[in-house]
Amino acid sequence: MPPPESTSAVEEALDPLPRPADLLLRKIWHLRLGVLGAFLIAGLVFIAVFVPYVSPHDPYEQNITARLLPPSWMEGGRPEYLLGTDHVGRDLFSRLLYGSRISLTVGLAAVLVQVVIGIALGLWAGYYGGAADSAVSFMVNVMMGFPFILLAMSLVVVLGPSLQNIILALGLTGWPVFTRVTRMETLRLREQEFVLAARSLALGVPRILLGHILPNLLPSLLVLVTFEVARAIIRESLLSFLGLGIQPPTPSWGTMLAEGRDYMLFEWRLAALPGLAIFLSAMGINLLGDAVRDLTDPHMRKS
Amino acid sequence: MKTYCLRRLLQAVGVCLVISMISFFLLFLNADPALMLLPPDTKVEDIALFKRQMGLDRPVVFQYGAFLKKVVLEGDFGTSFVSKVPASRILAERIPATLTLALAALLFANAVAIPVGALAAIRRYSLLDNLATFLVLMGQAMPLYWLGIMLIIIFGVWLGWLPISGSEKAVHLVLPAVTLGAWILPINMRLVRSGMLEVLTKDYIRTARAKGLSEGRVLLKHAFKNAAIPLVTVSGMQLSLLLGGAVVTETVFAWPGLGRLAVDSIKMGDYPVVQAIVFAFALCVVFGNLVADVAAALIDPRIRLD
Amino acid sequence: MTGAAPRPGLAPRGENLLAVEGLKMHFPIRKGLFGKTGGYVYAVDGVSFEIQAGETLGLVGESGCGKTTVGRCLLRLYEPTAGRILFDGVDITRLPERRLLRFRSQAQMIFQDPYSSLNPRLRVRDIIGEALRVHRLCDGDWRERVRELMLEVGLPPDLMARYPHEFSGGQRQRIGIARALAMSPRLIVADEPVSALDVSIQAQVINLLEKLKRRYSPSCLVIAHDLAVVEHISDRIAVMYLGKLVEVASDTALIGRPAHPYTQALLRAVPQARPGAKKRRRSLLTGDVPSPIRPPPGCRFHPRCPAAVPRCRTEEPLLAEVEPGHWAACFRPGGA
Repeated sequence: MPPPESTSAVEEALDPLPRPADLLLRKIWHLRLGVLGAFLIAGLVFIAVFVPYVSPHDPYEQNITARLLPPSWMEGGRPEYLLGTDHVGRDLFSRLLYGSRISLTVGLAAVLVQVVIGIALGLWAGYYGGAADSAVSFMVNVMMGFPFILLAMSLVVVLGPSLQNIILALGLTGWPVFTRVTRMETLRLREQEFVLAARSLALGVPRILLGHILPNLLPSLLVLVTFEVARAIIRESLLSFLGLGIQPPTPSWGTMLAEGRDYMLFEWRLAALPGLAIFLSAMGINLLGDAVRDLTDPHMRKS
Repeated sequence: MKTYCLRRLLQAVGVCLVISMISFFLLFLNADPALMLLPPDTKVEDIALFKRQMGLDRPVVFQYGAFLKKVVLEGDFGTSFVSKVPASRILAERIPATLTLALAALLFANAVAIPVGALAAIRRYSLLDNLATFLVLMGQAMPLYWLGIMLIIIFGVWLGWLPISGSEKAVHLVLPAVTLGAWILPINMRLVRSGMLEVLTKDYIRTARAKGLSEGRVLLKHAFKNAAIPLVTVSGMQLSLLLGGAVVTETVFAWPGLGRLAVDSIKMGDYPVVQAIVFAFALCVVFGNLVADVAAALIDPRIRLD
Repeated sequence: MTGAAPRPGLAPRGENLLAVEGLKMHFPIRKGLFGKTGGYVYAVDGVSFEIQAGETLGLVGESGCGKTTVGRCLLRLYEPTAGRILFDGVDITRLPERRLLRFRSQAQMIFQDPYSSLNPRLRVRDIIGEALRVHRLCDGDWRERVRELMLEVGLPPDLMARYPHEFSGGQRQRIGIARALAMSPRLIVADEPVSALDVSIQAQVINLLEKLKRRYSPSCLVIAHDLAVVEHISDRIAVMYLGKLVEVASDTALIGRPAHPYTQALLRAVPQARPGAKKRRRSLLTGDVPSPIRPPPGCRFHPRCPAAVPRCRTEEPLLAEVEPGHWAACFRPGGA
C-alpha cells in the first residue's frame, strides 16, 4: 500500500533539514541584522566620543522662557531646538546625545568590573575544585536567584548615588554570570591533555590559568561581554529612572525618562525618546553579539 | 529522590541565611548604622540611647544573631519609621497586589508564549517563526519601564482605551499585567519553541503518527508534554524575574504592591521595611526555585542524578 | 610466595632511575547528601616495578586497566592514594607542587591525543619552547633550541610560527615529542603515543622514538594497549589487568614464553603477518570486562580465565618468579 500523502505539519517538523534556501536566507538575515547592529553601535560610540562637537546646545543650559517647546518641525517649535525642549527649557536633542556618554561609560566600566571579578572567581573555582568550587558556586547560586534590582538599589543608597558607585553596584551584582561560564569551561579545560602537559612542564598555576586556560575561554566570554554591556546599559537607566542612579541634572537617559514621565500626557516625546535611545543602543549591541556568536560558533546558536 | 530533595532544601536554607546576612550587614556599609535606622533629626543623646536600647553597641555578630532570632521566631522586622507600623504588617498588606499582578502577568505571558512558540516550532522558518524570533530579539533589548510608558502613551493617551493608573477595577490590571508579562514572554516563547523542536524530531513522535493518531493528539499528548519540561524548570528563575520586574512595573503604573514599597522604602532609608522585603523576596525566589526544581525532577528522572 | 615485596625485573643490579612501590590510585565517586564518597574506582591497586637508567619498560593492558593512570601518577599529575614513587632515589610521592620543579625537568610525558595535547592558541614554537623560556634554560636563544628539536623529530623548522591546527595528526605528535624532549629528560613516559594515529603513520612515529632512544638513552615507560607497538621498542614488558600487574618479563621471554593466561590471550590477538605460520589457537577469553569499581574477589582475572580453578576465586595470586627475571601472578602459570 502506498504511503499516505504527508502534508501534515508534524511531518514537516519531523524533517530536521530545512531547505538550503531557508538556511541561506537565515544566514543573510542574521548577517544583515548584525550589520545593522554594528551601525547602531558605531553611531552610539561616535556620538559618545564627539558629542561636544556635534551637540547644538549645552545639555545643562536651562531657558525658562523656552520650556516645553515642541520639535522644530511642528507648530510652535523653534529651529534651534531640533526636538524641542524639556520642562526647564533644555534642548532635548543635546541631552539625548550627551546621554550616550553616560550609558556607554557605565556600561563598559560596569562590565569591566564584572569581568575581572567573575573570571577570577571562575578560574579559581574551576581549577582548584573542592571547597573553593563549592563556596563560589554557592555564592553564584545565591546571587543569580536574587532580583538584581533590590541589591543594586540598596548598594547605591548605602554608598551614595555617584557615577563610580553605580558602576560599583552594577559590577558587584553582575559578576555571577561570568563566573558560571568561566568555571564550567575551566572544569572542562582542566582535564585536557595540553593543560596536563603544561603542569608537567612545571609552568606554575598563574601561567597555566592565564596563558593556557583563559585564552581558550575567550570566544565564549566575548559573546557574553557583548550581551552584558547591553544589560548594564539598561540596568543603569533603570536605576536612574527609579531615582537611584545618576542624579539630575546630569543627562542620563533613565533620568530623562523619569523626568519626562510627569509630562506623559501631552509632551510624550520627553519620555518616549530617551527610552527609544536606550532600546536602540541595547538592540544594536544584542544584534551584533548575536551575529558574532552565530558566525564563530554555530553549535552554540540557540535554535 | 529523597536525597535530592533534602540536598536542595538545605541549599535553600543556606541561601536564605546568606541573603539575610547580606541584607543585615548592608546597614554597616555606612559608618554608623544607628544613623541609618533613625530619622535624620534625632538628637545626639537620643542616638546614644537608641544604640544601647537596640543593642547596637554590642559586637556585630551578636546583633546579627538577635536579628535572626527575632525574624525567624517572631517574624518581627522592627517598626517602619516612615509609618510607625510593624514592617511585617505593611508587607502583608501589600503582598496581595503584587501577587495579583504577577499571576496576571504569568497568565498573559504563557497564554501568548505557548501557542506562538509551539506554532513557530511546527511551522519552522515560516513568517510566524521569524516574527516570533524577532519579538524575542526585541524583548531582550527593551527596557521594561519604557515599554510600560509607551503602552501608557499609546493605549492610555492616544487611544484612550485603557485607564492609566489606579488599581480598583480589573481593567486597571491590563496594562501593568501586559507590561510585566512582556518581560518574561520572550524567554518562555523561545523555550517552548526549542522544546517543541527538539521533541518533534524524536522517533516516538513518528511512532505515534504511525499508529494512526490524529495530529492534534500527537501534538498535544506526546509532543507538548515533553516540551513543557523546560518551562517548569525555568519557572523558578522566572519568579525572580517577575519580582524584579514587579518593582519597575509597579513604579511606572503606581500599583500599590511590594515592588513600589521596596523602591520607596529604599529611597527613604526605611530599613526595617527594606530588610523585610529583601527577606520576603529571597524566600519567594529560593523556595520557588526549590519547588520548580523538585517538580522538574519529578517529571524528568534524569535530573535526580545530579 | 611470602617474604619481601616482589621486585620484578631487577635481575642485574643496575642504576634504578625509577622505583615504584605499591602504587595505588583510587578515585572517589561522589554521591549522597554532601558529595560524600559512594565508592571508589580502583584504577591502580598496588603496582610495583622499577626502571633502570636507559631501559625501556613497556606497559600493556586493555582500556580501563589503569595504565594511563600509572603514567600520570609517575609524573605526579595525580597524587597517589598510597604507595611510593622514587625518582633517582628521591621520594616524590607527596612532594608539594612547588618542590617538584627539579623532578619535572627530568621527567616528561608524550601524550596520547595529538588533537587535545597541544594548546590550540599557541604557536608551535611556543608549545615546544615554553618551558625553556619560562625556566630560562637556554643561555642562548631558546628559539635556536626549538629549531634543533624540530629538526630532531623531523619537522621543518620554518613552520615554527604556525598553529597546531595547520598540522596533521602525525606531525602534531612529533610536536608533542619535541616538547617532551625540550628539557632533555632522563625519563620519558609515552602514553599510547601512536594509538590515535593512522596505522601507516604509527610505524614512522615508533621509528622516531627508537631513533631518539638510541641517541639520548633516556629511561622510558611506553604505555600501549597493543602488544605489537610495545614489542619492538621495549627491553622489558609489564602486563596490567584491572589495576594490577599480572606479568613482567623481558621482551623475548614474555612474547616467547607467556606465563599468565591473560598475556597469552593478548598475544593471540596480535595478527601475524607471516604466511604459512601455524594457525594459533583462538583466544579463549570469555565473559564481560569487570569494572574497576567492584573488582572480582580472588584473582581478578578468574571470571574470564580459561585455566581458572576454585582457588583462583578466593585467593589473590601475587607476582612470583616463574623463571629468572620473569614474574607472573598466577596459580597456574603457563596453564592455558
